[in-house]
Amino acid sequence: MKKLLNSLIVFPAIVICSCSNNKATSDQPADASEVKLGGQASVKDDESAKDVVKIAAGSKDHTTLVAAIQQAELVNALSNAGPFTVFAPTNAAFDKVPKETLDNLMKDANKEQLQDILQYHVYVGKLQTEMMEDGQTLNQVNGQNITISKKDGKILINNSATITASIPAANGIIHIIDGVLLPPSK
Amino acid sequence: MKRFCFKTIPVLILTPLCLLFLESCKPKTAQSAAGGDASKSYIAPGKYDEFYNVVSGGFNGQVAVYGIPSGRLFRIIPVFSQSPESGYGFSEETKPMLNTSHGFVPWDDQHHIALSQTRGEHDGRWVFANGNNTPRIARIDLHTFRTAEILEIPNSAGNHASPFITENSEYVLAATRFSVPLDDQNGDVPINTYKKNFKGSISFISIDAVSGEMNIAFQIRTPGVNFDLSRAGKGVSHGWFFVSCYNSEQANTLLEVNASAKDKDFIMAINWKKAEEYLKAGKAKKQAVRYAHNVYDEKTHSATSTIKTEVSVLDPADCPDMLYMIPCPKSPHGADVDPTGEYIVASGKLAATIPVFSFTKIQKAIADHAFDGEYDGIPVLKYEAALHGEVVKPGLGPLHTEFDGKGNAYTSMFVSSEIVKWNIKDLKVLDRVPTYYSIGHLSIPGGPTAKPHGKYVIAYNKITKDRYLPTGPELTQSAQLYDITGEKMKLLLDFPTTGEPHYAEAIPASMIMSKQKKIFKIEENMHPYAAKGEGQVKVERSGNQVHVRMTAIRSHLTPDNIEGVRVGDEVYFHVTNLEQDWDVPHGFAIKGANNAEILIMPGETQTLKWKADRSGIFPFYCTDFCSALHQEMQGYIRVSPAGSNVALLFSTGTNKPAVTTPDKTPADTSNK
Repeated sequence: MKKLLNSLIVFPAIVICSCSNNKATSDQPADASEVKLGGQASVKDDESAKDVVKIAAGSKDHTTLVAAIQQAELVNALSNAGPFTVFAPTNAAFDKVPKETLDNLMKDANKEQLQDILQYHVYVGKLQTEMMEDGQTLNQVNGQNITISKKDGKILINNSATITASIPAANGIIHIIDGVLLPPSK
Repeated sequence: MKRFCFKTIPVLILTPLCLLFLESCKPKTAQSAAGGDASKSYIAPGKYDEFYNVVSGGFNGQVAVYGIPSGRLFRIIPVFSQSPESGYGFSEETKPMLNTSHGFVPWDDQHHIALSQTRGEHDGRWVFANGNNTPRIARIDLHTFRTAEILEIPNSAGNHASPFITENSEYVLAATRFSVPLDDQNGDVPINTYKKNFKGSISFISIDAVSGEMNIAFQIRTPGVNFDLSRAGKGVSHGWFFVSCYNSEQANTLLEVNASAKDKDFIMAINWKKAEEYLKAGKAKKQAVRYAHNVYDEKTHSATSTIKTEVSVLDPADCPDMLYMIPCPKSPHGADVDPTGEYIVASGKLAATIPVFSFTKIQKAIADHAFDGEYDGIPVLKYEAALHGEVVKPGLGPLHTEFDGKGNAYTSMFVSSEIVKWNIKDLKVLDRVPTYYSIGHLSIPGGPTAKPHGKYVIAYNKITKDRYLPTGPELTQSAQLYDITGEKMKLLLDFPTTGEPHYAEAIPASMIMSKQKKIFKIEENMHPYAAKGEGQVKVERSGNQVHVRMTAIRSHLTPDNIEGVRVGDEVYFHVTNLEQDWDVPHGFAIKGANNAEILIMPGETQTLKWKADRSGIFPFYCTDFCSALHQEMQGYIRVSPAGSNVALLFSTGTNKPAVTTPDKTPADTSNK
């Protein structure tokens, strides 16, 4: 359906172009409309290691996160070269957020807010846990900071979410966390 | 427009609308006085070309890959020349690829290519390429588009008549352009003793059916002449080779005049099945020679060079019925075989006609002994007995001929700068188009095979002049693409080519694109200095050699701080790219390196040698923009004076400044 929509958008534009400027643009390619619209997420590649999005998409514990990434239109960005460190709340972590809040965020009207929250979960750079230090602050993609703390051998983000596992990805690393990070109010 | 409508819009709703537009808005083709048709050569963003065009690189020593019909350049494959872009011929692993019996030869003149065949058709496995100057044949693997092997050819000089491949890739033929004294003879002879001391050599290089590895199966010793070009027989003529010879006058000076004295030179017909029989029967003599055989191993990511010391040689005097000479007008250049294998088109570059020989007639002439004497002991067939007919007044300076599989031949005409289309059976000229300017080779997709794909002919021209924006005295080379689907050839596109293209072939993209290697698996990396994870990183000293096993991954090098290197040390940076992601190479460069950078593909290890020539701090960094933090992907090496006792240390992320707290330190001291 999405593809169809794209086609419909492109089609009138081409028609107008080739009709109104018939002489001037007579050497325009006939099939200029057949432009590839997908980003890196649509690259067919079964050989390479999986990127952060593909790993998340393959996890049954991250369906809410993946749906949110899709709704926020961040799939292609996170399929790019990065490198990314993604703090990935599980479905259970999202369940702690009131359902009404989540439903609201998934509405088109609130896309910017959703993007802000998701970007607060991403750092540009590949940070393995051994590189993290107690008290370290990291400036996230949305522009705001998270704070790392170490307690009893565990790594906490903003003193609220704990890293429960880490998965290296082709374009970075995913740290699975048990809480959703909420950006401080600006 | 039409394609778009039918492809992407729901037919029921929008087809009427579309059809309406078709009449009123159908874009006119861009045929102007100068020709050209953008609608037929334009490939929209993200769309693929229909053919790969594998093009020789001439004096650039490389092979280039273009898309057809767009003419877009996709890749320059380093073959016989060092490539500063990839580090080929500069890295420790690839230097052996350019080893020869003359030592390291980092350049060659690359003229012809041959795509591997099975049953007379392209099979999309390998490209063979010749090095003209220091005789070599290379094999390029089409899974990686990399040079996998280079074989030097002994007893040869000017490896022009090569590589030409048989219909099942049994052999690649390499015939010498320059006849010379043989490698095991005293070559210190007066040049004007050519007739006595100079010999020709034709090498039959066997191709391993599975690995593709090349070996010189045997050579045929010939009279001293110049061999120019060749084709293997196919279909009915499988088992034969046809090689054009000029300078049958055996001139050793001013060939411009002295090699054109006779009306006719020869096409040499070689019965290679017969040669195989003689080889089996033990007729070959072993000759002591020296030639290099260089093979690249994808598992160790390293090449090895072996010097071989013997070659088997067949002497035509001991091997009757193996060679025949067919007279051919004036200094023949191309000797091309039509898709059926029946017709051999010989282009005498100074001749007014194109003779077409018939394989059936050649066989009959041999059976009937329709000979016209001998040339240095080799039977010469009667011209008329071998001749199918002549193309009369085709144009000036015929060079090369390709075929469309529909019974037509296309011959390039250098002197009159045109392509001439003619019918193989009745030899009538059907069409001619100008080329811009002075065409050399030409290529039809599958043109030299038993089943040409036709559709286009591409002209590779020698002179560019005013075809593009001028760039001073030196101009790019120019190619032209023509549509040959209709009765008349139609110019579609000019496109610039790099180096000087000679021969080229085009193969359907579908035969190659699906089997491309995307990454090298890190767990299969057998390089002796590979670090397959950051935990395997090491810096070791052995005398004045320092071996750094380094890793690269977005976005840091490990180690990135190295100390304890001394002036006079040779530092080997063995860099392993830990990425397992397609199209994410990392590069490595260090200040003052006397060679180049290296580019390391995902999962690969490559080594750059660097001499520490002065003390100080030397930065190194990733040269291939890999990630958002590419500019952060850097490091330092500290070089201390010779004899220094600075310890060998290496790290990433831990070599931090000593904590100095001026207020606290005195207090601490006083407490003691």
